[in-house]
Amino acid sequence: MKPGEVKVCVLRIEGTNCETESFQAFERLGAKPEMVHLKQLLGQDVRDSERRNLMDYHILMIPGGFSSGDYVRAGAIFAARMKSKLAAPLAEYIREGRAVLGVCNGFQVLVEMGFLPGLEGVMSQTPDAVLTTNDSSRFECRPTLLKYENNYNCIFTHKIKSGQVLLIPSAHAEGKLLFPQDRADAIHKQLEDNDQIVFRYVSPDGDYAGYPWNPNGSPRNIAGICNPSGNVMGMMPHPERVFHRFTHPDWTRGFSSELGDGRVIFESVLESVTKRF
Amino acid sequence: MVIGMINVLIRIVLSPAVVEMFVADIRIKLKKGVADPEGKNTRKALELLGFSEVADVKTSKFFSIRLDAQDEASAKAAVDRICLALLANPVINEYSFELRREA
Repeated sequence: MKPGEVKVCVLRIEGTNCETESFQAFERLGAKPEMVHLKQLLGQDVRDSERRNLMDYHILMIPGGFSSGDYVRAGAIFAARMKSKLAAPLAEYIREGRAVLGVCNGFQVLVEMGFLPGLEGVMSQTPDAVLTTNDSSRFECRPTLLKYENNYNCIFTHKIKSGQVLLIPSAHAEGKLLFPQDRADAIHKQLEDNDQIVFRYVSPDGDYAGYPWNPNGSPRNIAGICNPSGNVMGMMPHPERVFHRFTHPDWTRGFSSELGDGRVIFESVLESVTKRF
Repeated sequence: MVIGMINVLIRIVLSPAVVEMFVADIRIKLKKGVADPEGKNTRKALELLGFSEVADVKTSKFFSIRLDAQDEASAKAAVDRICLALLANPVINEYSFELRREA
């Protein structure tokens, strides 16, 4: 398949953000993104001509934001609406090896839906994890440094060099990834064994430092994970915001490339999808 | 057609199902051991306002839900399902509720 044939569904509901940046990231790399409202996939309150079928897309991107005001819990309402009709189709979509990317609020949605970490099959009935209030109890909006820790299981990141550090901005109030207390260590080991840890927050020295380098207090500095088969990834920082170098905070201070650090994620998934389908 | 209508009427007359309205007051708390930054922050602010006697603040969410059910047991079961499906994330939350018939 050619990149121009890759169809990307950038999903939105009230309160999503950065969908334009996400759309443009895929468009600039030659894919065919489309901004799709959840109602179009659910077939609710839309004309026939506006209905869309999830299975027509190769990549599903759930962008950031504060969907439905983040009522109940961050991402919970968006997840519930998707679950109402799309749980089975989306599970099938994932089983087929199609790609699902959740950024920030999108990560929260994937966790609330039970697709991440995905340790009990493709989807768990109740969530196995949660992205909860930052330790600072504040909205943390700052550039964060992410160390790439995956061993090429994740289809969104294989073009990143092992151990490379990327600067990708974070902007969230609920980004602390927790697992059930009594099983947290075992789950973490499982994630490492399955090669599901993708990014960890680090300091400029490359250490797993605390606040502010880890903006939310996430145990073991986890910033992004994927499912066991590597085709569903969730991450709190926003790669679409650093597609170009000139949106980096330090871009005037001597840079060697025009490319932003987030671009490689979109390049990787496009390459994976074009090879697979 | 006529038989169908009679059947429907018989079913309505014989139906034991009297639906009542219940109110569930649901509290979603953080499990023991889960950090509560909002509570901690609130305690700090209270301390700054001079409430030095405040030892600890814990936050929780409260939902009041009105629902139709045939009896208390089915109302209780429905509220349990509601909590597990959306209101509580079992990783960090525990829930409790009081159920009453709406006056």
